[in-house]
Amino acid sequence: MAQEMRSPIESGCPDGFQYMHPVMRKNYGQWAYHEDIRPGVLVHVSHNGDKIWTVRAGTQRILDLFTLRKLCDIGDEYGEGYIRFTIRSNIEYQLGDEAKVEPLIKKLEDEGFVVGGTRNSVTMISHTQGWLHCDIPGTDASGVVKSMMDELIGEFTSWDMPNRVHITTSCCQINCGGQGDIAINVQHTKPPKINHDLVSNVCERPSVVARCPVAAIRPALVNGKPSLEVDEKKCICCGACFPPCPPMQINDAEHSKLAIWVGGNHSNARGKPTFQKLVASGIPNNPPRWPEATAVVKKILKTYKENAKDWERMNDWIERVGWPRFFELTGLPFTKYHIDNWRGARNSLNASTHIRF
Amino acid sequence: MAKNTYPTPMLDELESGPWPSFITGIKRLRDEHPDERINAVTNGLLGQLEHSYETRKGYWKGGTVSVYGYGGGIIPRFSEVGDAFPESKEFHTLRVQPPAGNFYTTDMLRQLGDSWEKWGSGLVTFHGQTGNIMFIGATTENTQHFFDEINEYGFDLGGAGPCVRTAMSCVGAARCEMSCAHEHGIQRWMVNNFTDDVHRPALPYKFKFKVSGCPNDCQNAIERSDFAIIGTWRDDMKVNQEEVKNYVQKKGRQYLIDNVISRCPTQAISLRDDDTIEVDNHNCVRCMHCLNVMPKALHPGDDRGVTILIGGKRTLKIGDLMGTVVVPFKKLETKEDYESLQEMAEDIIDFWAENGLEHERCGEMIERIGLVNFLEGIGIDVDPNMVSSPRQSSYARMDGWDEEAEKWFERKREEKQAASA
Repeated sequence: MAQEMRSPIESGCPDGFQYMHPVMRKNYGQWAYHEDIRPGVLVHVSHNGDKIWTVRAGTQRILDLFTLRKLCDIGDEYGEGYIRFTIRSNIEYQLGDEAKVEPLIKKLEDEGFVVGGTRNSVTMISHTQGWLHCDIPGTDASGVVKSMMDELIGEFTSWDMPNRVHITTSCCQINCGGQGDIAINVQHTKPPKINHDLVSNVCERPSVVARCPVAAIRPALVNGKPSLEVDEKKCICCGACFPPCPPMQINDAEHSKLAIWVGGNHSNARGKPTFQKLVASGIPNNPPRWPEATAVVKKILKTYKENAKDWERMNDWIERVGWPRFFELTGLPFTKYHIDNWRGARNSLNASTHIRF
Repeated sequence: MAKNTYPTPMLDELESGPWPSFITGIKRLRDEHPDERINAVTNGLLGQLEHSYETRKGYWKGGTVSVYGYGGGIIPRFSEVGDAFPESKEFHTLRVQPPAGNFYTTDMLRQLGDSWEKWGSGLVTFHGQTGNIMFIGATTENTQHFFDEINEYGFDLGGAGPCVRTAMSCVGAARCEMSCAHEHGIQRWMVNNFTDDVHRPALPYKFKFKVSGCPNDCQNAIERSDFAIIGTWRDDMKVNQEEVKNYVQKKGRQYLIDNVISRCPTQAISLRDDDTIEVDNHNCVRCMHCLNVMPKALHPGDDRGVTILIGGKRTLKIGDLMGTVVVPFKKLETKEDYESLQEMAEDIIDFWAENGLEHERCGEMIERIGLVNFLEGIGIDVDPNMVSSPRQSSYARMDGWDEEAEKWFERKREEKQAASA
């Protein structure tokens, strides 16, 4: 190499203590309890009586430098210079001085940020990159989330839900957004259209064959060129072949739909952690505001809010009242697509006479 | 101010409404930032994104970009419509590991912002789903410059590709009364002992560590990591009976019965006539529900440690898997405790690197070969806490029964001796 290159310092994950509020450093591991003062504000009390206030706010997540600096200015002027981000990309300011809480909230709200997202609220939607930066997206992420949060903002800033609600979105069926009480995910409905001219140049064919979950792809000679073919009867339209082989064009303006899943829960509280279940599909992928998806989400949230008991997460509530009641209350159709046929599917069938009338 | 901006009629519709708009932010970089390079790149980005909105397709493709000395850490993005939007035709993301616990001072955020202003698009996310700071939008050349600059003041790239990925932990002992572990210390100990595997992808697929300080698992470790470390405790939970009485006073007896007593998954709590509670600690599964409802009255016990669950992952390829218990309880206090946890992770990663198929996650390998083969591969004894129930099918070969039963009794004898020693 002609030019001398700088070797990296493999320092890995930095120590967070150096950036932690001094009250938190001092009371590390010594917290006694916390109280929720109002939506978006918590106070943690140490065994020695020390207190730390947290003010949480929602942002646009894709931060431009102007916004990042504005958040820092607010942190310097109205906070104490210490910031943390939650795993759902909410910003949190830590304060040792209670008198600063109200002015900070006012400043954040004056600047257009949204204070809330704690306890039994609908907190920020956890999402991925979408059309803005992903190489395999079926939809956008930031736009879906912006549109949806515009309508759910009242649930972010209040405590009206039976328990906390985590919503996620994913732009392909790998579902990077993760499990959620409600998950809005891309659902492809047609097998990939194959660009046979490109396959042999850009794809390692055995890897693509191996990637298919249902063994529907096999090597083939098409127009004299090595390519791939898909057994369309077996294909489940998951799109797993697309990342290793972009000529397997799975994204389709018309046939890539959105599906909605409910009841995913990471916590061990009450029951064991649960995976989300399909409740609605065939929802159009309709930028720039995806109104049809938001309408279904709002319908589910309204039904949950009106029917679940305190502390019941979405999955707890549905387990108590049963799936037939869920479909009845939400008015969503129950179809053959709701009955699982993947491995272990039999475990999801009702092998009993437990039926609610 | 960029002279000729691409029209964005669809994206403009995302500027209305009360939630903060990412489009408004990107437009400010395009229209108001003093650096023409940033004006241009964000203009190109908006043009391409509008094109995606109009056609409902994505137009980024991957490639190979890294920094000198590393094989990963960058998400390369080259535009497929770079002729139409040449300003952002190279638009790579740098994945940078955040400080454990995601803590920052405003000074440090400004310093990172200043570096990014020099070399990148001016767009950043705290944080991506894997847990990295996502610096979105740099050319191939500037990727190296930006990394060199932030690496000098203590930041390093995270993982991308088939490698150990950036780890995450919850807020933990820094600000939570439920914390049963030194979350950030565990996170850094684990991932920083695997920096070679973070920076030079050579594993079957990705491998993630996540740490939650209690079974509420706010870090989503069980479902979202190959190696989940969850804080828990073995002795009795702490009950402040005066606070229990205060709670009844405040919320009413019926509320306590409906929301605490009857919600306990193992019916381990009963309400006494004097409004205090009695806990059957041997039957408590540490689900956290009652502690969540009454954080002033109930607390984790003092004999704390961690539960390790292996094999969580998302959908691709065989469907979602939760991590499952491999170590029901482990103390993490001394340096030796940490070293043995690290050795266990090394054994698991080595075994998986040896036996996993290409693009097969650790949990999928376990599903394919069976938990027992995995446990024998990494030298861990079976334990009834690893299953929801014993085998249901009689179609199994069991001619090693007597030896296996003796192993169990031998272990029990050793445990008894250790306890009495």
